Amino acid sequence: MTQPLLSVSSLSVAYGPVDAVRAIDLQVFEGEIVTLLGANGAGKSSTLNALVGLVPVASGSIHLEGKDITNQAPESLAASGLTLSPEGRRVFGALTVAENLQMGAFSIADKGAVSAAWDRVYELFPILKERRHQFAGTLSGGQQQMLAVGRALMSNPKLLLLDEPSLGLAPIIIEQIFELIGQLRDQGVTLVVVEQNVAMALDVADRGYVMAGGQIVASGAAQELEQTSNLQDAYLGGH
Amino acid sequence: MDLFLQQTVNAISLGGTYALLALGLAVVFSIMGLINFAHGELMTIAGYVLMYCGLAGIPFAFAIPLAIGAAMIAAMLMELIAFRPVRNASGATMLVTSFAVAMILQVLFQNFIAARSQPVLLPGVLSESLSVFGLVIGVNKMAAIVATVVMLIFLDRFMAKQKYGIAMRAAAEDFAIARLMGIRANTVIAGAFALSGLLAGVAAVLWVSQRASVDPLMGFTPVLKAFIAAILGGLGSLRGAVAGGFLLGFIEIYLAAFLPHELQEFRDPIGLSLVVLVLLMRPNGLLPSAVLKAEKV
Repeated sequence: MTQPLLSVSSLSVAYGPVDAVRAIDLQVFEGEIVTLLGANGAGKSSTLNALVGLVPVASGSIHLEGKDITNQAPESLAASGLTLSPEGRRVFGALTVAENLQMGAFSIADKGAVSAAWDRVYELFPILKERRHQFAGTLSGGQQQMLAVGRALMSNPKLLLLDEPSLGLAPIIIEQIFELIGQLRDQGVTLVVVEQNVAMALDVADRGYVMAGGQIVASGAAQELEQTSNLQDAYLGGH
Repeated sequence: MDLFLQQTVNAISLGGTYALLALGLAVVFSIMGLINFAHGELMTIAGYVLMYCGLAGIPFAFAIPLAIGAAMIAAMLMELIAFRPVRNASGATMLVTSFAVAMILQVLFQNFIAARSQPVLLPGVLSESLSVFGLVIGVNKMAAIVATVVMLIFLDRFMAKQKYGIAMRAAAEDFAIARLMGIRANTVIAGAFALSGLLAGVAAVLWVSQRASVDPLMGFTPVLKAFIAAILGGLGSLRGAVAGGFLLGFIEIYLAAFLPHELQEFRDPIGLSLVVLVLLMRPNGLLPSAVLKAEKV
């Protein structure tokens, strides 16, 4: 079997005495979409934040393309091809759309690669091109989400982590976001998507992991997980 | 009317110096939440460099860049030695650290340079006056106004157009996400301190040009005023710091010029009352930083 793009083994994250993530293992292979599901507080965001070095890893290891990136400073990861579109979008509201995108490409030295990234993001999101001189804080929620994803894409990531891309958005916008996720896969981007919208996430994903209480309690192909009828009840607090 | 215009020039000159100092405080505060009270000691260091250059016979034109460069280097060393270890500590810890740095430097100046005020050799042209549109304006005041305008334009262009300027604004808004983009925390913070040193250095040259002397506590009063100006403008907001600096300069100069003689003793309390009045009406300052306001909601 080929080497996974991302390999996480017995990763734990702790906030003081509270264990947010307990010894989880997961792999992501090139070209696939992996979704990380679970209720609020299951440890999904903590996992993503630990992957990009925003929260310290308590124990375990993270390898990207076979290279150990455990506890590596976040500023060095974008250049290695790993980036995160964070929960709550967190665009720089006092910067213009274009400036936000420019910051996304901060770590890319190659001018040609940067200009290709501009073209790609503006092609994916024509609205961002239209609004490029507008402050990001004045965009609608959906446009801000597009900007957050576009900003992450500016570093030409091999692996893009999307944390709750549908959070707080109108259904029609959510559809667009998931459509975009499929489009990105077609462009060869490998994605890890954290979602509370289980049905849509499993629809677009190849494989999924279900987290509860900081542990992985189920994993498998998306279709298998979809057919596990008690998934909602058991892990996601459904009805 | 002439007196009023004359005093307005003085107010712009003094306010500009306050604005530069307040900007220096705001640049650092917006990035790392530190109110650097040792900012004044950067001024003092630049002042001593001017003094030593004068003693060594180095022309003033060359002494200026040396003084400004010394303030920039001192600012970056301050960050490296004193503030980096407490970077993630609370605002109070950083504030106390900055007081400690200020006091240590003051004691060093007193013991290794001189406890008393030392004269600084200035070129004669600075104490001359020019007649502009019927107003008699001191060359040093003109220079202060021109230098302030140049610095403000430079800083505005840097923040608006340069990659690292934009990165500083991004880091001021969301440091964690900025790092995720590959913006190095150490670089941005060192850059912020270098800018604050630059601003303190220019302010020191202007300050010394009006007074022709330097003493170990020289930086204390202006940095206190700059702190008031930064609060007045909205702490952490760069445009606010400039507005606050000018407003404070205008308040001080107009009160000194137009307050009745019997009330002159109460000039400072009256001036500060006006500041409090402004803050009562605009609790977040004149031009508050969007980021800080959002946090308070």
